[in-house]
Amino acid sequence: MSKKDYKALGLTEEQVLDIYRTMLLARKIDERMWLLNRAGKIPFVISCQGQEAAQVGAAFALNREKDYVAPYYRDMGVVLAFGMTTTDLMLSGFAKAEDPNSGGRQMPGHFGQKKNRILTGSSPVTTQLPHAVGVALAAKMKHDPIVSFVTLGEGSSNQGDFHEGLNFAGVHKLPVITMVENNKYAISVPLEKQIASKTVAERAQSYGMPGVTVDGNDPLAVYDAVKQAHERALKGEGPTLIEAVSYRLTAHSSDDDDRLYRGSDEVEEAKKKDAIITFAKYLKDVGVLTDEVEKEMNEVIQQEVNDATDYAENAAYAKPEEALKFVYEE
Amino acid sequence: MPVMSYIQAITTALREEMQRDENVFVLGEDVGKKGGVFRATDGLYETFGEARVLDTPLAESAIAGVGIGAAMYGMRPVAEMQFADFIMPAVNQIISEAAKIRYRSNNDWHAPITIRAPYGGGVHGALYHSQSVEAVFANQPGLKIVMPSTPYDVKGLLKAAIRDNDPVLFFEHKRAYRLLKEEVPEDDYVLPIGKADIKKEGSDITVITYGLCVHFALQAAEKLAEDGISAHVLDLRTVYPLDQAAIIEAAKKTGKVLLITEDNKEGSIIGEVAAIIAENCLFDLDAPVQRLAGPDVPSMPYAPTMEKFFMINPDKVEKAMRELAEF
Ligand SMILES: Cc1ncc(C[n+]2csc(CCOP(=O)(O)OP(=O)(O)O)c2C)c(N)n1
Ligand SMILES: [Mg+2]
Repeated sequence: MSKKDYKALGLTEEQVLDIYRTMLLARKIDERMWLLNRAGKIPFVISCQGQEAAQVGAAFALNREKDYVAPYYRDMGVVLAFGMTTTDLMLSGFAKAEDPNSGGRQMPGHFGQKKNRILTGSSPVTTQLPHAVGVALAAKMKHDPIVSFVTLGEGSSNQGDFHEGLNFAGVHKLPVITMVENNKYAISVPLEKQIASKTVAERAQSYGMPGVTVDGNDPLAVYDAVKQAHERALKGEGPTLIEAVSYRLTAHSSDDDDRLYRGSDEVEEAKKKDAIITFAKYLKDVGVLTDEVEKEMNEVIQQEVNDATDYAENAAYAKPEEALKFVYEE
Repeated sequence: MPVMSYIQAITTALREEMQRDENVFVLGEDVGKKGGVFRATDGLYETFGEARVLDTPLAESAIAGVGIGAAMYGMRPVAEMQFADFIMPAVNQIISEAAKIRYRSNNDWHAPITIRAPYGGGVHGALYHSQSVEAVFANQPGLKIVMPSTPYDVKGLLKAAIRDNDPVLFFEHKRAYRLLKEEVPEDDYVLPIGKADIKKEGSDITVITYGLCVHFALQAAEKLAEDGISAHVLDLRTVYPLDQAAIIEAAKKTGKVLLITEDNKEGSIIGEVAAIIAENCLFDLDAPVQRLAGPDVPSMPYAPTMEKFFMINPDKVEKAMRELAEF
């Protein structure tokens, strides 16, 4: 339940509803992907579930017309907020030729869409961080008033690219916001075996930038933190590290069985804090969301996901020889 | 036409490209105020300022990765790795990222970065300031690897690399920096990446090589000419992807082929050249394809005795060429 007042953050009723709708859409697409996977229709899913609040809250604090994002594989909420469509995501799930991320070349979750300023991502974790720093450097050189935003998991904050990238951004005071989505696990390895410091945020100290830890289950708390970081960045005050703490509600991916390393009680406990439920409750408490609006929203989303699934399932694969294209400029 | 050293040709190409296109900028360790440990970026900081001649933290993966990000944004970064040996921390960014950005995004994104690095031995550089690293990258479609042998080629190829819309690794032989000098035109010319160059026409034997070894081959060829042996010398210039047509033509021309690299032999560039010749020239060959290369040890030792033993030099090349001619 949010401790923030959306009005005090400068958000309108429409905007908070839009945040909720985007979170819900991400959840529903994700749930459909799992069904399709279990039905043998798509080979792989990697989930956003439990992290939608952080993703969408953050994205709404950015300038979605101008800013650049370098999302990681769970960031369905970020890419939806930045203009990727349900159909685009389903095309990627089914690896079809029209998939705007990669034309069916990459696994789902490997986002990229130039027209929406979503940088192309890969599988080796954290490589996107220096890229986001490079975008910020380029924007600074060209005096473009934009911010670049990059995300990763907490386990991935152990990679050299995290430390090299943040230090570079700190030294050159670049307009880049790094958000670590701390979901307490890196596949099976829990937080305390990943990170020696108490928080991920305090790693920022070494890199000359503020580091803040926020409740990743509260989209408004994340919105607030990212908004402040955004203002600092635009004022030339440099980068910020944000740690959004939540929980991974699904297994790591469709190839993982999380019962091997964590108890179901822990997962059940986390589900009580699921932002899809708690944020809906908040919105109802403050009189923004009604049961009726919620029902209608669910129906519209359901229809959208159905249509996108049908479209993507029936769409064409790339021709085999397409595999030869675009190694170099053609 | 001014006479220029190999390294002056690099500085000139950088300067002219930075003047031509404001998106071109240089980043790396010590490239700013100092002008680079070899002084390849000498004077650029004074002309273009610290924003475009960026002294970065000592972190190669960030140098490559930040450059890639800037390139995706529309800049033309020229990243310097202080020594090719120290490109290793950046290999993930180069192979997993730069090489695959166009392909994995189905042509949506591209990363036109140039990464320059001094390579090569014979400078008392020991294991970690002497290596040839091109083979690490030479089976990575999406990358281009340019290794020029002359000041003239340096200027034209570095300009081409910077203007290329794909990532280019540009390896410069550090012993060539001040050793090689020639006349270099003042005008703005580019040379094609992906094309080998005949450095000497000949009819008895063919030498195919690249980088500093081109000069060893040319020197040896002069000596052989005194004895009436005519050597054809092909400079690969781009070692990845290889200019197959030029290799095949050069091999067929004499039917006797010597391949030379300063790298150690197994898995080197010239192994691939040999395979191309084997696939295409069997009935044109009059001798087994010969390879002259460094020994298969991890790297070049420091002591002069062992360094000399490792390095290719004109005498070793001459000996190999004579043996082939007599086959
Ligand atoms: C460099 C690299 N090593 C290993 C992997 C395999 N891998 C994929 S995700 C993952 C765990 C990542 O954990 P975290 O950063 O916390 O992100 P989360 O999946 O929890 O969101 C691992 C080990 C990888 N993709 N890249
Ligand atoms: Mg995690």
